[in-house]
Amino acid sequence: MNPAIKVQGLTKSFGTRLALRGIDLEIESGKSVVIFGPNGAGKTTLIRILATIMNPSSGIITFDGLNLKSHAEEIRRRIGIVTHQTLLYNNLTAYENLEFYGRMFDVPELKKRIQELVSLVGMTARLHDRVATLSRGMQQRVSIARALLHKPTILLLDEPETGLDQEAIPLIWDNMPDETGRKRTVILTTHNMERGIEVGERLLILDKGKIVYECVRGALDIAGLKEAYRNSTRTSV
Amino acid sequence: MKFWGKVMTIAWKDTISELRTKEITSSVLVFTLLVIVIFNFAFGTNREVLPAVAPGILWTTFVFAGMLSLNRSFIPEKEQGCLEGLVTCPVSREVIYTGKALSSLLFMLIVEAIALPIFSLLFNVPVLSLQIIVITVITTIGFVAVGTLFSALAINTKAREMVLPILFLPIVIPIIIGAVKATELTLTGESWSGLTSWFQIIIAFDMIFLVVSFLTFDFVIVE
Repeated sequence: MNPAIKVQGLTKSFGTRLALRGIDLEIESGKSVVIFGPNGAGKTTLIRILATIMNPSSGIITFDGLNLKSHAEEIRRRIGIVTHQTLLYNNLTAYENLEFYGRMFDVPELKKRIQELVSLVGMTARLHDRVATLSRGMQQRVSIARALLHKPTILLLDEPETGLDQEAIPLIWDNMPDETGRKRTVILTTHNMERGIEVGERLLILDKGKIVYECVRGALDIAGLKEAYRNSTRTSV
Repeated sequence: MKFWGKVMTIAWKDTISELRTKEITSSVLVFTLLVIVIFNFAFGTNREVLPAVAPGILWTTFVFAGMLSLNRSFIPEKEQGCLEGLVTCPVSREVIYTGKALSSLLFMLIVEAIALPIFSLLFNVPVLSLQIIVITVITTIGFVAVGTLFSALAINTKAREMVLPILFLPIVIPIIIGAVKATELTLTGESWSGLTSWFQIIIAFDMIFLVVSFLTFDFVIVE
């Protein structure tokens, strides 16, 4: 069976600066991978390339065996993305935002699906308010609903807890399995090691555009992970 | 939903947003009216030269008003961080281009529809003829076709509001010259057949730049 995500020799440069230097990564379907790394390590660049927001400089990326270059539209249909930016239009209401994205993703029975999700994220009462009038945490809740709208099998989470209140944080992790209970494939970038070790089945440390450390959950406790992080980010070239 | 359904969804989103803020239409309309009034004061006592200068005044107004409008086409998407949401939708880049171009076209045509009667009233020149309306519509299509592409290109630059006119104006000069000449001929009473060559130039420009924009938009929108 093809891995859910396969990255081979991925590089990305901005002018003369190399942001990613030959990333190789294989993630099986239903597995969750957490990527740690200092600021500027290339975590967001990697997520943006996987989400088709950015083109890589070189390398091959496949999702379920489909090449990202030639099957981008089909792959986008499978991906849900939550970032520290909400990707919502401030001048539209929460409902209009979800309706817009739902139409773009061809979500069947859209009204019903929107109602399900806003109820899930606890935004029913403010559904018809303009996004600009919602607090940052509320916007992030709508953003989670937006990411789950089309029932993606792959979730790309780039520091998704930014701005979320403590009560809302479980919304992300409770929805890692889909409605049928099947586990989604997840890539999470975070600075929060406690959270990462809790949700990730594989833990990676990225530094200066390279994977400098990798282990599976259980191989390290939090103190061990912090030690590995310190050592890897200090010694990487 | 097929191509046009998605295009209309993007245009619907932009229209709702614009109806709420009136950010583009109000500023562009104020600018347009201001320019028309200033030119009217400048040429107010010299009615003999008006037929000769009116086409130039009209199209100078529309070009700069159009640039103001196109400058705002992608900037709100970028500022609100929504461009990433848009490009991660499972649609071709051509859908995004056409949707954005359609909404820009709509906003510009609304401004032009308001400006033309005022221009006609203040300058006392018959710009409300069917010929001038057709010239305005086909020129605006070409203008928006190029402008949407360059507006998308400009958003990834630092001095985005300066970049658009620098890149865009040299490209649209042929279509603006065509529109000015066709408007001038119309005001001197030329028939439809006398305008054919200018119509051909404007329509050829529209088609070439629609195709070029379709083919290149993917490279422009993705970082």
